[in-house]
Amino acid sequence: MKTLKDCQKNQKVRVLKLHAPKDLKQRFISLGIMKEAIIEMIESAPGKSTIVVKVGKMTLALRGQEAELIEVKAL
Amino acid sequence: MIKEEGNACPVIANHIKVALVGQPNVGKSMLINSVSNAHLHVGNFSGVTVDKTEVLFDYKGYHFTVVDLPGTYAFTDYSIEERVTHKYLSGGGYDLIINVVDSTNLEKNLQLTSELMSMNKDIVIALNMSDEAKKEGIEIDEVYMSELLGIPCIKTSAVTKEGIEDLLDAIVKVGSQAKQESKLIFSEAVEEEISKIVAYLQKHKHEAPNSYRNIAINLLKNNKKTYARLHDDPIWTELQPILIDATKHIELHHDSDDIKEAFAEEYAAFNKGIITEVVKASTVQEKETITQKIDNILIHPFFGIPIFLFFMWGLFQLTFEIGSIPMEWIEAFFGWLGDTIGATIANEDIRSLIVDGVIAGVGAVVLFVPNIIILFIGIALLESTGYMSRVAFLLDGFFHKFGLHGQSFIPLVTGFGCSIPAYMSARILKNDRDRLLTLFIIGFMSCGARLPVYVLFAGAFFSAEMAGNVLFAIYIGGAFIGLIAAKILKLTAFKGADEPFVMEMPKYRLPSVKLIWHTVLTKTMMYLKKAGTFIAAASMLIWFLSNYPHNLELEKEFSSKIELASTQEKKNELTNELGVKHLEQSYLGTIGKFSEPLFAPLGFDWRMSVALQTGLAAKEVVVSTLGVLYALGDEVDEESSTLVNAISKNISFASAVAFIVVIMIYLPCLAASIVFTREAGGIKYFFYLFAFTSVLAYSLAFVAYNVALLFS
Repeated sequence: MKTLKDCQKNQKVRVLKLHAPKDLKQRFISLGIMKEAIIEMIESAPGKSTIVVKVGKMTLALRGQEAELIEVKAL
Repeated sequence: MIKEEGNACPVIANHIKVALVGQPNVGKSMLINSVSNAHLHVGNFSGVTVDKTEVLFDYKGYHFTVVDLPGTYAFTDYSIEERVTHKYLSGGGYDLIINVVDSTNLEKNLQLTSELMSMNKDIVIALNMSDEAKKEGIEIDEVYMSELLGIPCIKTSAVTKEGIEDLLDAIVKVGSQAKQESKLIFSEAVEEEISKIVAYLQKHKHEAPNSYRNIAINLLKNNKKTYARLHDDPIWTELQPILIDATKHIELHHDSDDIKEAFAEEYAAFNKGIITEVVKASTVQEKETITQKIDNILIHPFFGIPIFLFFMWGLFQLTFEIGSIPMEWIEAFFGWLGDTIGATIANEDIRSLIVDGVIAGVGAVVLFVPNIIILFIGIALLESTGYMSRVAFLLDGFFHKFGLHGQSFIPLVTGFGCSIPAYMSARILKNDRDRLLTLFIIGFMSCGARLPVYVLFAGAFFSAEMAGNVLFAIYIGGAFIGLIAAKILKLTAFKGADEPFVMEMPKYRLPSVKLIWHTVLTKTMMYLKKAGTFIAAASMLIWFLSNYPHNLELEKEFSSKIELASTQEKKNELTNELGVKHLEQSYLGTIGKFSEPLFAPLGFDWRMSVALQTGLAAKEVVVSTLGVLYALGDEVDEESSTLVNAISKNISFASAVAFIVVIMIYLPCLAASIVFTREAGGIKYFFYLFAFTSVLAYSLAFVAYNVALLFS
């Protein structure tokens, strides 16, 4: 399974499924990370402890451990 | 019979109460500022930590009350802001909703709009930042959009003041119309289930204030209130199986076991439809935006952190360098005020209460205002430019190891200056648990007021060259203990799954002077009003405890001795001795004596115990108390060589080490404790903090004392 954490800088992916627990899933969704959304990797801190992605027109920061819960497919 | 003078009282029908709702960073506050412009009257009614602001103004004979609610992405109770907004909107004490959306990012913003649409309330949409949208080549057909949604959509811009009047006109018009049924349309699967439920309700002629369709949608969305209302109705037994089937069907359709996710997808699909109909974006070659260019530097994997540290250094220089200038004036002013007023009061007890109790207490509160103002201007700048969320991104990697959040850094570093603004700045943490944990360890960052104590003891036991290193070690040690304490708390009291870190990094913006001024003013006033009254009362209590009971015999005995004394030196000595005797028999002294056995294992005498306890009022007081208790008068400071001598003579090295450890860790000063209690949201947290810091301070001091005994 490929997750958002595995992405390279500037790579674009499509979200397949959210494997997060309920609350976090809601948080993802309210920020636009949901099935079919297109995400682009912008920047990552050393070791991918935190990453910056772009969803639509919005830039988001999230932890690597949360990005691991987002199943994606490369475009 | 209608009387003419009925006009004196504003007609109730002409009141319109509006809830202003929008996602964060859509320019909501800016918009409300330009709507109400000069007639602005801001009244605050604050919740625990987040404020809704009420703005009142008149327009075309209508009295408007606009309740500016904190920004929220969705109704997901994640942060305090979201909870405040959700609670207020569900409460229903308003006439209609203005939904402010960012025209440059409609797709994301409409997600909240959809949720609002299922609330069965009148809505007006403000397509805000329309000037920016135009610049970015985004064209929105607001007439068609109004028609599709069944909601008036008005293009507005807080910057160019475009559409402000249109927005107000639309509100007046909507307010005087009957409620329109929302035109939210779902996928076939959901529509099918809705019509099943609606048909069922129709069959049973169910009586309800809102439409059947609205009830059906809310039931499918698991809306608690709708459930509660229907739960006691006899039709519930038949309705329930229909609902269970419907939910299964919808979840199957969306390949998800989460009905909320399914609805979010429904909304997204609906919004996509709307956007393809009404938005025309000229497909200009996607070039790098200014935000991306700035981010290339500011969140750079290597340069990002040094740049941030430089900004912080600058902010602290400003806070404590520039802040100290007015602080001197304030100190001088309150000294003058005390002398002037004191001179007019004949009764000694009342004079002392007013001058040493009230004026000194209030003065101590006002003293921190310059620091607070400068620091909050700095924080408001960091926040309103959009840099704050970058900071969180940069530092989260390190702080998360200790169970903290990237943004914890700001309050923690502020804590080195003064704990009060530090506790207040912890509000930047949106999540309760992150904020509480941060609040608990702010005290470990030694504040400026503790410096005199450290300087005094370092000077008494170490050579001048070593003293600086010792000071540095104390500060770093405190921070280190704080991080360890955070980890311990995280593993025990704050156990549980990690709070997620998912946050928007908004576009960089030039801050608005008006808005920053407004924020800083509100926060400062809040500090003055709330903390001020508490702190003034508490300092009066401390004053009372250290001055009473009066021992008239003792005073008589000494005053005759002082009169008889031959030299001025002798007189001073006697006055000081009276001070010690008086303090010793005061309530505070009694407490000190009483608690002496408790502190004996740490090697403290009763004087040190009392100094620690007066330090609870303010850390600055520790040094002056020691001065009084070692009979030197209270005019001593940490540089006073006589006090340094007295300390190195009377206190053993091991006791001194233990004393420093306690000062580093135990409860922050009274003013800070009160602010902590307010920010944490309850008195119980104060007792937790008291217990936690006391136990930790005592046990570490005990260890330090015994280790130091081995070496000396």
